[in-house]
Amino acid sequence: MTDKNTGETETMERIQNASIDALRCIQCGVCSGSCPSGRHTTLNIRKLVKIAGKNTDILNNKELWMCTTCYNCQERCPRDIGIVDILLDIRAISVQNGNIHPEHRIVCEMLLEYGHAVPINEHTRANRVNIGLEELPETVHKYEDGLEEVKSLLASCGFRKLIEQNES
Amino acid sequence: MKELSLFLGCLVPNRYPGIELATKLCLAKLDIDCTDLAGASCCPAPGVFRSFDRTTWLTLASRNIVLSEQMNRDMLTICNGCFSTLADANRSIKEDKDSKEDVNRHLEKIGKEIKGDIDVRHIIEYLYEEYGPEKISSYVERQLDIRVAVHYGCHLIKPTKERGLGNFERPGFFDELVTALGATSVEYPDKMACCGAGGGVRSSMKDKSLKMTEAKLSRIKEAEVDCIVNSCPFCHMQLGEGQSEIKEQMQIEYDIPVLHYTQLLGLALGFPAEMLGIDTNIEKNRKFMDILDAGMEC
Repeated sequence: MTDKNTGETETMERIQNASIDALRCIQCGVCSGSCPSGRHTTLNIRKLVKIAGKNTDILNNKELWMCTTCYNCQERCPRDIGIVDILLDIRAISVQNGNIHPEHRIVCEMLLEYGHAVPINEHTRANRVNIGLEELPETVHKYEDGLEEVKSLLASCGFRKLIEQNES
Repeated sequence: MKELSLFLGCLVPNRYPGIELATKLCLAKLDIDCTDLAGASCCPAPGVFRSFDRTTWLTLASRNIVLSEQMNRDMLTICNGCFSTLADANRSIKEDKDSKEDVNRHLEKIGKEIKGDIDVRHIIEYLYEEYGPEKISSYVERQLDIRVAVHYGCHLIKPTKERGLGNFERPGFFDELVTALGATSVEYPDKMACCGAGGGVRSSMKDKSLKMTEAKLSRIKEAEVDCIVNSCPFCHMQLGEGQSEIKEQMQIEYDIPVLHYTQLLGLALGFPAEMLGIDTNIEKNRKFMDILDAGMEC
């Protein structure tokens, strides 16, 4: 068996472990009927649950990223299946296989550099002062040692490596 | 009940500082002992970061929680996303020994350790549970005679098993906090529908996320309200800035002011709109200023 096949087998095992709960699905469709994204996009959450543990194709499914994680499907599921939790786990496996939206990569790079997904800008700095607040908030924007701690943790958890993989 | 530390998150201090100021003014006026949480980072946001890597998500959240533990204070959040991350992470630490040990192995590298001895609160949930509508109304100096579309947002209340704030289909606690200020909470179809921003959808598929927002705004418009009131700066952005983006992309014009609850509360407690950043929220809020000014003249 080649390394590639070994990798695929491991990935398949991870997908199956993540989605074992989906085996209880009776395909009633309440999840899709409750999905706000499904009304306006091609997301068919019922279908995603159906194919969740079947093969690795799901990792490239664009619909994985159309879920707003509103939890309606999970709340209303008559079998009490953790649909969103399964989807989040499959997303993580997909990311580890290199599927990262360019926009999401940018958000991650913000976190890596500033410790915030949405860092401060010049406009808000001025706005803060105008309304009587300090120019910088009481966050890692103001405390450099705090930012260093965040960066250490991001490295320790392997997040920096994860985001930098396959970087174009 | 412990004293509180204020967790700011990203969007409030870095995009909507008016919400930060409104929160601080309201807390002081209500005699709530809440201090700054110095050195906190992104919660980190549940949509992208939890999707990407649970260990990173849980570890960074734990560092933020540790900062509050060191002050022996509960954490107060003013964002549904921060609440989702920090409350869920805090529960994992308290209930799952393996997760706690795993996180502490990382935290050890920065000389920190999470204990799991504080709680994470959301300001809406806190005000309702610890104060209640009646006590809030006793502080009101200016009755707000306006029609409000309350937007709960998803992660304040869901997953309901973890949040424990009751059923999500027809909740009432947030509406009660709005009516306590003299305002009318107007019922509208799809009230509990998502704003469309969460889960990383806004950042990577803005056109799709705006379709969800437009659907929600159309229902709110039909209900003829004076403003939308939310409990989450991400919903706040989507329902506010989203109106400009929808106008540009779909040529549909909405003209609905958007306020975070702390800003509405601040008005009722007697603070001028300028102090609460309401005029800087979104351009459309000038309309709301006109409504308020008209009310003052009556």
